[in-house]
Amino acid sequence: MSKVAVDVPPKGGFSFDLCRRNAMLSEKGLRPSSFLKTGTTIVGLIFQDGVILGADTRATEGPIVADKNCEKIHYMAPNIYCCGAGTAADTEAVTDMVSSQLQLHRYHTSRESRVVTALTLLKSHLFSYQGHVQAALVLGGVDVTGPHLHTIYPHGSTDTLPFATMGSGSLAAMSVFESKYREGLTRDEGINLVTEAICAGIFNDLGSGSNVDVCVITKGHKDYLRNHQSPNPRTYVSSKGYSFPKKTEVLVTKITPLKEVVEVTEGGDAMEE
Amino acid sequence: MGTTIIGVTYNGGVVLGADSRTSTGMYIANRASDKITQLTDNVYVCRSGSAADSQIISDYVRYYLHQHTIQLGQPATVKVAANLVRLISYNNKNMLETGLIVGGWDKYEGGKIYGIPLGGTIIEQPFAIGGSGSSYLYGFFDQAWKEGMTKDEAEQLVVKAVSLAIARDGASGGVVRTVIINEEGVTRNFYTGDKLPLWHEELEPHNSLLDILNASVPEPMST
Repeated sequence: MSKVAVDVPPKGGFSFDLCRRNAMLSEKGLRPSSFLKTGTTIVGLIFQDGVILGADTRATEGPIVADKNCEKIHYMAPNIYCCGAGTAADTEAVTDMVSSQLQLHRYHTSRESRVVTALTLLKSHLFSYQGHVQAALVLGGVDVTGPHLHTIYPHGSTDTLPFATMGSGSLAAMSVFESKYREGLTRDEGINLVTEAICAGIFNDLGSGSNVDVCVITKGHKDYLRNHQSPNPRTYVSSKGYSFPKKTEVLVTKITPLKEVVEVTEGGDAMEE
Repeated sequence: MGTTIIGVTYNGGVVLGADSRTSTGMYIANRASDKITQLTDNVYVCRSGSAADSQIISDYVRYYLHQHTIQLGQPATVKVAANLVRLISYNNKNMLETGLIVGGWDKYEGGKIYGIPLGGTIIEQPFAIGGSGSSYLYGFFDQAWKEGMTKDEAEQLVVKAVSLAIARDGASGGVVRTVIINEEGVTRNFYTGDKLPLWHEELEPHNSLLDILNASVPEPMST
């Protein structure tokens, strides 16, 4: 055994020093940093032979764009995907948790997961947290009973719809769907309509932006089209790239010798039982 | 869920009716929702109040009734269904914000309507109205409801009442859905905006507001 002797200030228990500092700061008008939220446009629609989901890729933290290319279409099962809006941590956690439950359920039953199963698991979790788990979801998938599309609200209520939008950009996206959606769209028409709806959110909603992610689910097959469209490329990048030929100049060099305060003593008594 | 829901008995069965609007604040989240939910083959429930709360109650009751039907070996009665709804509404009254109307037909008592309002009491009624739109309908029903109506009379009454409420209540709207339950089984109908009567100088339904503008003023933006 080795003993470690460290010079620590002779003080025990909790330190409440920062409480006074925080109180002072908040009195002077400092807001504590908010949660990472996805001011979002997410959509979904049912087409000829399946479901198409779409999402933008902007994550915001108050007025700051925290991530310019995040993923909002979450995996639930091989045949089911789920778009998330609301608090990023909550949508991520709740979809991860339910996708694990679905995996275990598949091991148990040796059958493909159904969309209603995912729907019920999600809604009962969200309902039990009475809206404190801030996840607004668009759930889509194709199972043995056909294509399904649902929306789930943070309080646990659900809707079943042929086309759905959610998030802060839902109004912009819905206006596109309401004017152009019809039954029996082809795959390409569906992808184009979803892309157009997401673009409406990207360009008209401050909380949404960057790229368009699309996920097409058909019977026995899916296509996750990550960054299907990038209407907002970086315009300020030098085409030649950047280089820094001159090395960083050293202005001052100062070495502070540190006093040794840690003393390690080898040996000592063996531990007894 | 700002709502208009109605249940009416007639000779031989019941007619349930509802609008189709689900709103979140000022936004219509679903303009074609189905607020008349199936509990068993012969019992349905009209939901109002919190969408999440009313869905969870009807999900539980549907599950209990399914089990009950298997154990009993025959269809559950409307009374049993309504009593289960009441039990959950009453036991969790502090957490729930929903009013429900249970209606259906069984061989023992025929068509029956039960209202289960906010506190979790149960009231057997010849007709029941609920939701935010119902406040516009009390007088109408006191005047228009008659004992021993036919099926068509009852359905027309329901459609008329829901369209009246839609016209006055901003939180109700969309289409009118009806469910008719009697000895023969269940019939579902829905009436779109252009099939509904108009009240008190209402505008005809249009596909686009531009149609109205173009009809009256040729160039609304001209200077």
